[in-house]
Amino acid sequence: MAWIRAFGSYLPEHVATNAELASLTGADSEWIVKVSGIEERRFARDGEQVEDLAAAAARNCLEAAGMAASDLGLLIVSCSSAERRFPGPASAVAHRLGLSVTPAIDLPVASAGSLFGMALASQLTAAHGHVLVVGAEIMSRVLLRPPVNRDIAVLFGDGAGACLISPDGGFARILDSVLYSDGSLSEILHLDLHDALRMDGRAVILQAARKIPRAIDAALSRSSLAPQQVQAFVLHQANLNLILKVAQTLGVGEEKFPSSVRRYGNTSSASMLIAAAEWWTSAQIEPGAPVVFSAFGAGVHWGALAALPC
Amino acid sequence: MSRQARILQIIRDLSQQDVTPGPDQSLFESGILDSFALPDMVSALEREFSISIPDSDLLPRKFETLARIEAYLDSRN
Repeated sequence: MAWIRAFGSYLPEHVATNAELASLTGADSEWIVKVSGIEERRFARDGEQVEDLAAAAARNCLEAAGMAASDLGLLIVSCSSAERRFPGPASAVAHRLGLSVTPAIDLPVASAGSLFGMALASQLTAAHGHVLVVGAEIMSRVLLRPPVNRDIAVLFGDGAGACLISPDGGFARILDSVLYSDGSLSEILHLDLHDALRMDGRAVILQAARKIPRAIDAALSRSSLAPQQVQAFVLHQANLNLILKVAQTLGVGEEKFPSSVRRYGNTSSASMLIAAAEWWTSAQIEPGAPVVFSAFGAGVHWGALAALPC
Repeated sequence: MSRQARILQIIRDLSQQDVTPGPDQSLFESGILDSFALPDMVSALEREFSISIPDSDLLPRKFETLARIEAYLDSRN
């Protein structure tokens, strides 16, 4: 059995408004809101590394759980914007947390990374004990270096989220998860070394709008649950219009979709956990009503995870 | 109603405009539909023509223009 014990997050202080992005990229501020719902995002300061963001979110999560880093049996770090090809940031994050022998795994799965991390952690917690999943990104450095694609650069932000999965208790028991990957669509969204991020936005929207609701249905139906019974759907925060489209497809009110994309933009693998941390600390969580986590991203990878608050 | 008229009606319903795009005019670049109307258009085509469009066919270029939508529907017959 696996439980979600706590969430945490870290957002850099610098608020980059659409007006600032407009001056950096030439994009129109109102157009950014219209196509994405994004009004501002956070940018890491010079010298701040993705490992710093990840460690801050990890500490925030551990503090919320009342636990120490030394209690961890495994660390999983999802990041797609690290500066190095290898090693990935996981071992450096572990080092920043004061860990020297705890296994730390990198999961460079981009937008669906935190979801994949949570699902894997739910399986691994029985063997490893407490598993901390962290998603951390500094997308601004990737997207604002030449060549800049202004239509894409304006969508992203920096930040980190974390989730602690435990074998022996928490606020919600993980019921089930479904994960999928389809490499035939890898060209619709990719980031190559020394190049701009490439995205066929229409293809991403079309695939995500179909695949996310189906994955949610699959994760729920194996527990004989329906979307209408869910108290909250915490999704990867790519685009407000996409989140609303998923709500419409599922036939569920948009008020059940907590969203932080207006304030933080798309923070790739971090976004779902940042939204989850805000939901967890601010919502009146109803015992017995499930919560669903879902994401779709480059790869393409997608899936959903259902948990039951107790 | 002809098949083209049925497709046109779907486009008009989604765009909420009484438009008549040319057969090779991009529905998206022309601003008739936005990107988030594309999933709705695919679902409407499935309902109207009683077909199921697999995810592997969900490529925007197949639904870019009236002519391409007709060609796709031809391929499904």
